[in-house]
Amino acid sequence: MAKKTIRTIPQDRTLMPVQDPAERARNFAEVALGYELDAALNESERCLLCPEANCVPACPVAIDIPGFIEKISKRDFRGAYDVVADANLLPAICGRVCPQEDQCEGVCPVGDTLEPVAIGRLERWIGDMAIAEGWANLPYTEPNGFKVGVVGSGPAGMACAADMAKAGCDVTIYEALHRPGGVLRYGIPDFRLPNEVIDAEYANLTRLGVKIECSTLVGRLFTIEQMIDEMGYDAVFIGTGAGSPQFMGIPGENLIGVLSANEFLTRCNLMHAGEFPNYDTPLHLGGRVAIIGAGNTAMDAMRVALRLGADKVHCVYRRTRAESPARVEEIDHAEEEGIEFHWLTAPVEILDDGEGNARGMRCLAMELGEPDASGRPRPVPIEGSEFEFEADTIIYAIGTNANPILGQTSDLKLNEWGYIEADDTLATSMAGVFAGGDIVTGAATVILAMGAGRKAARSMKAYLGIRDSETVYRPAQSGSDGKIFGIDAEERNFTRIRAA
Amino acid sequence: MDNRHEAGFEIVAREDFSDVTFLLEIDHPLMAKAARPGQFVITILHDHGERIPLTIADFDRERGTVTLVIQAAGKSTREMQQTCRVGTRLLSVTGPMGEPTDLGDVRKVVLVGGGLGVAPVFPQARAYKENGAYVIGIIGFRTKELVFWEDKFKACCDEFIICSDDGSVGIKGLVTEGIKRAIRKHGDIDRLVAIGPPIMMKAAAETTRPHGIETVVSLNPIMVDGTGMCGGCRVKIGDGIKFACVDGPEFDGHEVDFDDLMNRLQRYKADEKLAFEKWSEDCRQQLPEDSDPAAAGPAASGPERQQPQVDAGMFDGTYRMGMPKGK
Ligand SMILES: Cc1cc2nc3c(=O)[nH]c(=O)nc-3n(C[C@H](O)[C@H](O)[C@H](O)COP(=O)(O)OP(=O)(O)OC[C@H]3O[C@@H](n4cnc5c(N)ncnc54)[C@H](O)[C@@H]3O)c2cc1C
Ligand SMILES: Cc1cc2nc3c(=O)[nH]c(=O)nc-3n(C[C@H](O)[C@H](O)[C@H](O)COP(=O)(O)OP(=O)(O)OC[C@H]3O[C@@H](n4cnc5c(N)ncnc54)[C@H](O)[C@@H]3O)c2cc1C
Ligand code: SF4
Ligand code: FES
Repeated sequence: MAKKTIRTIPQDRTLMPVQDPAERARNFAEVALGYELDAALNESERCLLCPEANCVPACPVAIDIPGFIEKISKRDFRGAYDVVADANLLPAICGRVCPQEDQCEGVCPVGDTLEPVAIGRLERWIGDMAIAEGWANLPYTEPNGFKVGVVGSGPAGMACAADMAKAGCDVTIYEALHRPGGVLRYGIPDFRLPNEVIDAEYANLTRLGVKIECSTLVGRLFTIEQMIDEMGYDAVFIGTGAGSPQFMGIPGENLIGVLSANEFLTRCNLMHAGEFPNYDTPLHLGGRVAIIGAGNTAMDAMRVALRLGADKVHCVYRRTRAESPARVEEIDHAEEEGIEFHWLTAPVEILDDGEGNARGMRCLAMELGEPDASGRPRPVPIEGSEFEFEADTIIYAIGTNANPILGQTSDLKLNEWGYIEADDTLATSMAGVFAGGDIVTGAATVILAMGAGRKAARSMKAYLGIRDSETVYRPAQSGSDGKIFGIDAEERNFTRIRAA
Repeated sequence: MDNRHEAGFEIVAREDFSDVTFLLEIDHPLMAKAARPGQFVITILHDHGERIPLTIADFDRERGTVTLVIQAAGKSTREMQQTCRVGTRLLSVTGPMGEPTDLGDVRKVVLVGGGLGVAPVFPQARAYKENGAYVIGIIGFRTKELVFWEDKFKACCDEFIICSDDGSVGIKGLVTEGIKRAIRKHGDIDRLVAIGPPIMMKAAAETTRPHGIETVVSLNPIMVDGTGMCGGCRVKIGDGIKFACVDGPEFDGHEVDFDDLMNRLQRYKADEKLAFEKWSEDCRQQLPEDSDPAAAGPAASGPERQQPQVDAGMFDGTYRMGMPKGK
């Protein structure tokens, strides 16, 4: 086959069908419908199969992107899935929620002249096919006798659990909520990531032998120390997420009608408040909804509010669209659905209707100034620009803090913001305890959390003495007398001694 | 942990104190081991249920159980009253949540339980007693019929006062009457703990304020997750905002903004009423065929008999509700 060049490939990025905006703004069905076979084959032709592909190092888990795309183009779909699954345990999820424009697709040379290869859409397509076909890469594992505990069932915990189970460990995930998935479940709504996809990925974990205990608040029901000292865990991974919502500290924040996006989304996604009173959790959405913030969380909150029947949904953000941290596709979708954006606007007070309910906000107009610590231009208030903004439901989506529970209940070392301190190998201050995902980095992304879970699994294996061949290094195999430097290698604690 | 909770958490005992209050004892050995006074759980009745916070009123490490005392206040708690039987299961019982009580080195303590608040204050009374403190117990009820756990509570107290609004038992008057008596009699009270309806905790805090007695209250804002993730439970303490589920639920009563708490407790009044009415209607339609009220005890006589005392002005605000999916 002649080498492909930018001129010989299909010039237009293959469109992914989406639900009509007017229609979808009132339902919870998935917005982006995914590729059909022909579309996927066509898009796979657009990849130049670069020998030193930029996209691979730009992927947080280094998927062999040209490798899997080539297999798609050759119609070896199972092969393509195997390539993806080597690096990414949750392709159907990541294909839907990764900020591809900032990662693989952002550096694809096809994007220099045309639109970049739609790597995310192809990944999703192959992930969906795997779910539909029931593919899963379940290696033959020999139980190695090690017990591994995972705290938190978000993407970080899932990834770590899967890798440790594949290495032959007996793995249990503990989750505080009554359903697993972390933000994937309670945060990201159905129309962006259907519950069935999460369930399917979880089913694969169970097939690997991972046990999942929900309704278990670690730290309170038992501590991390107890897991190691009393419950027989040889190693523990903590992936409890960033979770604790921030408020601004402006007057009126406690009025009725003001809530965090986490509360709003949890009520809707986890507790089905949208189906009240058939489900018991109420929501009490107003007609005029304002969401403060413009990240992924904000976009999700806006679009859920719209689908639950709000008359008008507004986004209020103190910077501009260019600085918004949301996935571009989500902003586009939100705009198409009729969300009204108010850039360069910052609330300074929430106004009371005289009966304890919010009736609106007092806002200031902003302009962009010098870059701040995050490198983005700092929004500066324009003097005398105050105005009133009417709204009866006001939702905060301005970021999160570290969840305090494990800090309150263990001796784990935290950093100054309360996140768990972990070194380059993701080991914490406590021997045998590793941590990763949002609880270490602060709010980030699904793929970074997953990557952290896998990295921690590698460190955990090294710590437990499980070699990369994924067999435990045991005296019987090495032909020694069962003692290494005079220490009985079968003695489990031996493996807990970690070089400082 | 074994998988005994896969199908839910089994109820191993139930006791009815009155038409509106009942006790459930739940099989949960790990929780029984972990629970400390001042903590609570979040329960879910079934897969359409909401997350209901309830204080751990007692725990028995030998039996491996925790005890909840529940007041049938609205739809969910009434449904629990009607459907929870020995042998049935709750979908979820998560906890123990919240920071446990810090007993400190308190030598003399007054423990005040208003109405249902007697249950959550009980484990504290026992813990203070075991810690060697001189315990003065004050409990208050509207009327004699509602009194429960009097003996159990009394057994942990060095002094004990009971009050009733109508004088049908003990001192006639509110618990603040009892508090005033205790303060008059003892000049050396180190701490007062008050648990009950916000209005009662507020009154207790106001009673002790002039005397400068440290006052601890346990707040009951509307909660969702109970893990610090939603901020729905935020309360105003002094100049700051705290999340009651992880920073509390106990706070300095002299710092709490009770008016803010009471306002926030009204958040879903209209929806709660709607949920209750719909459920009552559903029950009425089911009742004739498949239930035998006599056999099931007082609870099964159903919601008709226990119409909530609706404050007429409370529900006339206009409200909108989320539309069901797919509309
Ligand atoms: C609304 C929203 C939309 C988002 N959209 C995107 C997107 O489009 N793309 C993207 O890449 N990222 C997105 N993110 C960010 C992404 O979801 C997170 O970065 C990622 O989920 C973090 O994974 P995690 O495993 O570290 O933690 P989480 O997913 O937060 O999971 C942590 C889990 O641990 C549990 N837990 C906490 N404490 C305890 C305890 N003590 N005991 C037991 N369990 C505990 C929690 O209940 C939770 O289930 C979004 C986030 C939100 C909130
Ligand atoms: C930390 C804590 C400990 C509690 N301990 C007990 C206890 O030991 N026994 C007991 O009977 N009750 C206790 N409560 C109160 C109990 O949770 C509510 O009575 C219950 O949620 C009411 O639900 P419902 O559907 O029956 O009534 P609804 O009609 O829904 O509500 C009745 C009232 O209860 C409050 N409420 C409603 N939903 C919630 C919620 N999710 N969280 C908190 N309050 C809510 C509101 O003020 C509402 O007006 C506690 C609450 C908290 C926060
Ligand atoms: S950078 Fe673009 S063209 Fe090159 S291999 Fe990756 S996806 Fe294909
Ligand atoms: S109940 Fe959600 S943060 Fe406290």
